[in-house]
Amino acid sequence: MKLVRMILGVLLTLLILGPLMMMISISLNPDEAAINAILGTAKAFIPTALSLQNYKEVITDPYQPFMRYLFNTLFVTICTVGLGVLVNSSAAFALAWGHGTYRKFYLAVIIAVFVIPGEGLLIPLILMMSRLGWLDSYQVQIVPFIASAFSIFLFYQFFSKIPAELIEAARIDGAHLPTIFLKIALPLSKPVIATTAILGFLDVWNSYLWPSMVTRGVEYRPLSVAMAAFFGSQQSYWGNVSAFAVLMALPVIIVFLIFQRWFVASVIGSGVKG
Amino acid sequence: MQSQSPQVLVAKSKGKSKDKRQSLSEELLLLLPATVLLVGFLIVPFVMAIYLSFTDQRLIPNPVPTGLVGFQNYVQILTDPEFWQAFRNTAYFALLVVPFQCGISLLVAVFLNSNFPLRSFFRSMAILPLMTPMTVVIVIWSAFYRIPDGLFNNLIKAFGASTYVDWLGSAAWAMPAIVLLSAWATFPFQMLLYLAGLQDIPSERYEAARIDGANGWQQFWYITFPGLRNTNILVLITTTIGAFKLFTQVDILTRGGPIGSTNTLVRYMIQQGYSSQLVGYGSAMAVIFVIIVGALAIFQRVLVKNE
Repeated sequence: MKLVRMILGVLLTLLILGPLMMMISISLNPDEAAINAILGTAKAFIPTALSLQNYKEVITDPYQPFMRYLFNTLFVTICTVGLGVLVNSSAAFALAWGHGTYRKFYLAVIIAVFVIPGEGLLIPLILMMSRLGWLDSYQVQIVPFIASAFSIFLFYQFFSKIPAELIEAARIDGAHLPTIFLKIALPLSKPVIATTAILGFLDVWNSYLWPSMVTRGVEYRPLSVAMAAFFGSQQSYWGNVSAFAVLMALPVIIVFLIFQRWFVASVIGSGVKG
Repeated sequence: MQSQSPQVLVAKSKGKSKDKRQSLSEELLLLLPATVLLVGFLIVPFVMAIYLSFTDQRLIPNPVPTGLVGFQNYVQILTDPEFWQAFRNTAYFALLVVPFQCGISLLVAVFLNSNFPLRSFFRSMAILPLMTPMTVVIVIWSAFYRIPDGLFNNLIKAFGASTYVDWLGSAAWAMPAIVLLSAWATFPFQMLLYLAGLQDIPSERYEAARIDGANGWQQFWYITFPGLRNTNILVLITTTIGAFKLFTQVDILTRGGPIGSTNTLVRYMIQQGYSSQLVGYGSAMAVIFVIIVGALAIFQRVLVKNE
């Protein structure tokens, strides 16, 4: 019985890893003619050549500055996620430990806006961005996505479980709310920071629709949009396209392997938001 | 208290309310950045979408000022054959992908929840597609769908087909091909939800059933499945919502074609409201989209809360 399960597990892994293996093995093959001959066969899944030629070509291609795209994506992702953690957690802390009577209402609004899908806001958002003159910039990809009702809610749930004695003790010592937040609450909230950061990272790294609307040239374009354009223009250069794909997927997979435990928790958390 | 003079009392309460006012301003300071951003980039665009849907607004300001047109955009949408085609395509995608993807993820979750060596390794591997950017998944799978000699065409040839299928180029196969790719790319999400649901079922129930002589199938049918009621609702509805947001796959792989057979609600909305610059018309579509997805989300919460 255990053996049967092991075999099933191997089959599942092959179905999952197969496409990724094909991407890697083709990216290592410098010979386009050879790739075209084996692309639809089992040979495409096993590396037959080990050359970094395609990677070199992708990275040094003067018409599509890969390093620029990578920097754009990294920069946008880090800013959005980093500022998001700060802004969302501080708001959540005020909601959990403030004194205002408005807090219940605020929280109800936060929960209500979960149901608004971002796609439904894109048309007015692009109108706003064009009036602000933000089109084709970094801020157009960052600023609208820093605040997140879902992150605020996750942080709120975590902060409201902090023992009241801890907060009161700090208050008696004369600490103000922002100080309590920075010195006590934030250092405690590593798990929620990880959760919201991972979800945010995936969202921003993979986002395609919005950046494809708001970026024009190569200057601010992120990897996802560049990948689609590159694929569209070089559809028959499988070696280069695969190398591009590997370079884009690798950072995410590395982040995943490091933060695997948190990642599972965050996906389950994000399912509950529905 | 009575022994204190009124002046002291007044001074005390003044100090307290000053304290309170100060701490209130501190908490508002903490709330300010998130509130400004949420209002500016969520609430305002939402209200704008509703307002714009009643206007003939265009993206680039035209010489003729924008006017209110009442329900004209909505009436026009309801009689727009391309909108209905996009709606049907989206519903068709959901109809295909939801049972397929939920079924697979439940199967894999039950399997990965059972005990065997290297289970956690297999689990990590199963999550990998979710880590692969969608644009990358699309590129890999387009190689499988290649004509005439992609992997899938070679497979059906091996089974005796004499010709090839133009997977992405035929109206009949394009959507099923997108379904298969999408299910592969995102099934780990549902699988993780199922795994969490499975772990919430008390193991004593299984022990009791085993003592009563229930076999594996009976255990699944009488314990696992009822125990997953809330998880099932959650998974079904989040998958449906995800399906209604279909965009990237059809935008890159088929550009909505052939002959509009894979154009979706989101893609048609973007086409009208952005590419064709008909902001009013696109906004009306966005409002309809928000109502559909919002209704699904509220429906889910009502169902799960009633438990």
